[in-house]
Amino acid sequence: MVSRTTGSHVPWSQERAVDIAERHQSERGPLMPILHELQDAFGYIDPRAVDVVAETLNLSKADVYGVVTFYKDFRSEPPGTSVIHLCRGEACQSMGAERLARHAREQLDVDFGGTTPDGAVTLEQVFCLGNCALSPAVMIDGRLKGRIDEASFDELVAHARNKTR
Amino acid sequence: MDPAVVFVPLDAAARSVGADEVADAIALQATARGREVHLVRNGSRGMLWLEPLVEVSTPRGRVAYGPVDARKVGELLDAGMLDGAPNGLCLGKTEEIPHLKRQTRFTFARVGVIEPLSVADYEATGGLAGLRRALEMTPQEVVTEVTTSGLRGRGGAGFPTGIKWQTVLDTPSDVKFVACNADEGDSGTFADRMLMEGDPFLLVEGTVIAGLAVGASEGYIYVRSEYPDAVATMRAAIDIAYLNGWLGPSVLGSGWGFDLYLRVGAGSYICGEETAMLESLEGRRGVVRAKPPLPAIAGLFGKPTVVNNVLSLASVPPILAQGAEAFRQLGVGRSRGTQVFQLAGNIKRGGIIEVAFGLTLGELVEEIGGGTASGRPVRAVQVGGPLGAYLPRSRFDLPMDYEAFAAAGAMVGHGGVVVFDDTVDMSLQARFAMEFCAEESCGKCTPCRLGSVRGVEVIDRIIAGDDREANLELLKDLCETMVDASLCAMGGLTPFPVRSALEHFPEDFNRAKAVRL
Repeated sequence: MVSRTTGSHVPWSQERAVDIAERHQSERGPLMPILHELQDAFGYIDPRAVDVVAETLNLSKADVYGVVTFYKDFRSEPPGTSVIHLCRGEACQSMGAERLARHAREQLDVDFGGTTPDGAVTLEQVFCLGNCALSPAVMIDGRLKGRIDEASFDELVAHARNKTR
Repeated sequence: MDPAVVFVPLDAAARSVGADEVADAIALQATARGREVHLVRNGSRGMLWLEPLVEVSTPRGRVAYGPVDARKVGELLDAGMLDGAPNGLCLGKTEEIPHLKRQTRFTFARVGVIEPLSVADYEATGGLAGLRRALEMTPQEVVTEVTTSGLRGRGGAGFPTGIKWQTVLDTPSDVKFVACNADEGDSGTFADRMLMEGDPFLLVEGTVIAGLAVGASEGYIYVRSEYPDAVATMRAAIDIAYLNGWLGPSVLGSGWGFDLYLRVGAGSYICGEETAMLESLEGRRGVVRAKPPLPAIAGLFGKPTVVNNVLSLASVPPILAQGAEAFRQLGVGRSRGTQVFQLAGNIKRGGIIEVAFGLTLGELVEEIGGGTASGRPVRAVQVGGPLGAYLPRSRFDLPMDYEAFAAAGAMVGHGGVVVFDDTVDMSLQARFAMEFCAEESCGKCTPCRLGSVRGVEVIDRIIAGDDREANLELLKDLCETMVDASLCAMGGLTPFPVRSALEHFPEDFNRAKAVRL
């Protein structure tokens, strides 16, 4: 989610993956920084990246796979051009986040974790973005937005769709 | 004419409602009017309902305007904003705003005041005084100072920080670590985020002092990935601290070395639990460890480790600079010092407020927070995050301190206060507590992993009116099992919001209805 470069990911490259893994190899506990950088580069953790990391760090593929699948941020497939995280934490619930969540799913016609057929938007749920006094909150491509209602949500989506075209 | 100095927050919350657009508009509109401006992007003052809050430097001090709409900036400039003129949005002198005046800004003293990454601003406002004093003391003297201050862990558990440090200091080891928990996952909390974005050097300084006190040579700050702005600011702060010799082989030329690294989480709530965070730092799934051994004895990579919350570490530099007594004399009972409360959810005046412990919940919500944003009556308040109890208005007399809250079956936690109006359905909030636990459980222990899933099912049956009495009994039994038998606070505290909802709002569980969602 830290990546602000959504939409500017590069296609899979074995050399690039090896380079990323090797650069962090000597750090203490290098796996998480490597996975973050792989996802920042490619937009997702390709199954081939799991092999590269396991090989470089001398871990079993199962160990690496286990870590990739434990953390919600790491995806196994490329995301849409824009990624919208919609907060469903209690503070946002108190200001109508559940209504917004229903609207978002209907409007985009995807469930959480899904990407619109045109590849423009991936919708994710999140439990707290730390914007709890300006609820409901969403994050679009790493940018936090506050006091979002149905209309401003639609504007964000329209803006994201324009970017794709 | 000298350029007008204008402050527009760079805080993520302020940006989320248009602070960047306001900053751009001010630059553009001022130029159009032939005025030169010097824009400073500060942290937020914490009055989030007034964001974007613009301040202008005047001979009589800083004058505030807010909330400013980027489209109205031209009008504001025409109405004399750059000279501090009292127009419609003018809030007067910032320091005279009642909401700020009643606070005791100990940890948040600089947040919103200074430019977060300015070394000059930091040092001019007392930065590094704590570290310089600590470098003249023995490690034991530093630990004793923190113990004497009465500082307790601000992450939620409230464990005395000095005692934790003492354990690490007393445990011999070739390598020791400081791990800062900046995985602020509780809904309704954002003080760690605001501190990291508004005064990042304070956290760097606090972490270095912790390292010095316990004999650690390396520190790790684990920031959640949901906070990209805080991550960027902390990364920049660490780089600047290295350049200035506050970090590295000889901290402030003392000959003692300390390295600090920033690590980013990956969307797992449980990684806010200290042992799960250590697992994550080591590059594993965020599965909690059984305690003992305590992390203070065998923590990160099996070495003695201080694990402290952002606000705990950020409280340390002013404690060292001003002395333990300055902190100790604030607060009530065994809750010493100040707490940064976060007013959130359906609240009129949301934001952060740093006050000494002892204020009542009612004062916080009604007097300071101004009641609900919707204008409807307050019905329930959840204090301490998703694992905290729901309290009704009848408990508004509770003083905000660790012991009083514990005695009432609640917890202060990380100081988050989430307000709900009378449209809330508490049976759904209870259901959500179990659903959240099921979603975020690390899966290591059965009461949490399975109990939470069963909890959702049982609550659904109760809501549907299906054999209510028997299912209520089953839910109570399930809650007891989770409290008593879970490995960590995730499963162990999830029953608190559930039980409190049942206790204080039984009528919401007593209507046969189809489950929404």
